[in-house]
Amino acid sequence: MRGEFGFRLAIGAVAILVVVLVAAIGVELTRQSWLSIQKFGLSFWTTHTWDPVAGEFGAFPFIWGTLYSSIVALIIATPIALGIAVFISELSPGWLKGPLIFLTELLAAIPSIVYGLWGIFVLVPAVRQLQVHTPEFLRALPLFSGPPLGLGMLAAALILAVMVIPFTSAIAREVLKTVPVAQREAAYALGATRFEAIRAAMFFARTGIIGAVMLGFGRALGETMAVTMVIGNTPQVSTSLFAPQHTMAAVIANEFTEASDRLYLNALVEIGLVLFFITLVVNAGSRLLIWAMSRTPARAARRVAAPVTT
Amino acid sequence: MTRNAWRRLVSNLFVIACGLSVLVALLPLGMILFFVVSQGVQALNFEFFTAMPKPVGEPGGGMLNAFVGTLILIGLAALIAIPVGVISGVYMSEYAGTRIATAVRFAADTLNGVPSIVIGIFAYGIAVLPFRQFSALAGGLALGVMMIPIIARTTEELLLLVPGSLREGALALGATRGRAVFSVIVPAALPGIITGIVLAVARIAGETAPLLFTSFNNQFFSTDIRQPMASMTVQIFNYATSAYDDWIRQAWAGALVLVTFVLTCSLLARLVTARLQRLRG
Repeated sequence: MRGEFGFRLAIGAVAILVVVLVAAIGVELTRQSWLSIQKFGLSFWTTHTWDPVAGEFGAFPFIWGTLYSSIVALIIATPIALGIAVFISELSPGWLKGPLIFLTELLAAIPSIVYGLWGIFVLVPAVRQLQVHTPEFLRALPLFSGPPLGLGMLAAALILAVMVIPFTSAIAREVLKTVPVAQREAAYALGATRFEAIRAAMFFARTGIIGAVMLGFGRALGETMAVTMVIGNTPQVSTSLFAPQHTMAAVIANEFTEASDRLYLNALVEIGLVLFFITLVVNAGSRLLIWAMSRTPARAARRVAAPVTT
Repeated sequence: MTRNAWRRLVSNLFVIACGLSVLVALLPLGMILFFVVSQGVQALNFEFFTAMPKPVGEPGGGMLNAFVGTLILIGLAALIAIPVGVISGVYMSEYAGTRIATAVRFAADTLNGVPSIVIGIFAYGIAVLPFRQFSALAGGLALGVMMIPIIARTTEELLLLVPGSLREGALALGATRGRAVFSVIVPAALPGIITGIVLAVARIAGETAPLLFTSFNNQFFSTDIRQPMASMTVQIFNYATSAYDDWIRQAWAGALVLVTFVLTCSLLARLVTARLQRLRG
């Protein structure tokens, strides 16, 4: 049918725009950062000096800060998010499920700027108190060295953790739902305790759960406003949780409108380009894992025969 | 301790840990809402909504330009995102399983995960740089790009829920596929699609990062979309990082208005969704 084909062509042309858009972002960012890519090459990512006035651009501190803050956030958020997912899907009474899901969704709905506002005026002072009261012998460790500023890596990681929790827990909950009920019933029938049955279910769903954690990681990597408001915006490489540092997204937000010359602007766009690719890879990876999990329940069921201890 | 008693203990500790993790996550939620409300109401008055910002040092003033700006930016974003999003959703559900549909779905999910600041750079490159001018149009474009995947995915999911008999009925009456889709299937899913749009608006209304260097900011009242435009989020950011108590108070008030708007949208969308599910199920 010709009309049928015309219809498909017409709406297909619009739908393809979404694919084109993703490609266009990559192309446009490459174009806008070409000067910096050509001038610095790979050394852009390995050198430490960020001095716009002297025209020296080394982005290592930003990569460091982004990875450091996101990984610490992940370490804090993952157990909590999985705990929430397990509680809602396996443990909570039926009447409590709806409200709990709604409340965790609210956590995701609060705008980043509001997290940041709360971060500056509530979280940062609290972190400063914590730092002031950290015992001397801990302060001697590289992990907790430096003056108690409040602003810094710890505040950023904490706020990121809170922001990531709803995403990870929502996906983990969906993934746990795909575990066949028969598997849990079998575990209970064999005399498993709740913990053992849930552990078996989580083992069954491990691919999807790793996907959920990666999705949270992707969110943390690109988070901008809340982080820039509490991390201290100082481009330095430090192992200390107390030190003010910087992230890729934060430096773009802070310096983009101030970038006076072309090389400076190109360097900032290059940071954006790499952020784009990193999040692309992390997200694509997590989607693949979640997709693989939801696709093959039957095959996976056979593989997970007996993780339940007796 | 016997082995079984140990197993029971581990199990009970695990259950308690899961319950505690829920409380740990709800604590910051409660604190944020508490501070936003308690700090926000102090600066919230009639003037806040109807007056323009005052110069530094003069108390009072409001955010009128930012409220209007945010509404215009949302409108521009919706104008861009609704047609593209809904039609992409239609394609994905109508031609589900085809290679193009899979590619579009993958692109939409990818776009959904692209950091908003990166989308800001993109909009800067194609809508600010060529005209050498920050503009509301560029800001609306950035927000629109963020809205597209949300609308596309919800539309797709909701269209797949429309009973097959409706489509068959339309086709049996001699409707073309296009006719069946836009006269029967989409209208049947319309409440859900509108819900998806409301959710997308709730999400982009709170975005700051993509506006910083697209719509920028404007201390004057402006409705010209070719000019820089104030927005609530950028205004809150500037005020929050300033050193003036009065501005910081206004930042909290702005946050209260923003949170109220976003949560109302989410709550409405959720109620509608629950109702739709009950009707269907």
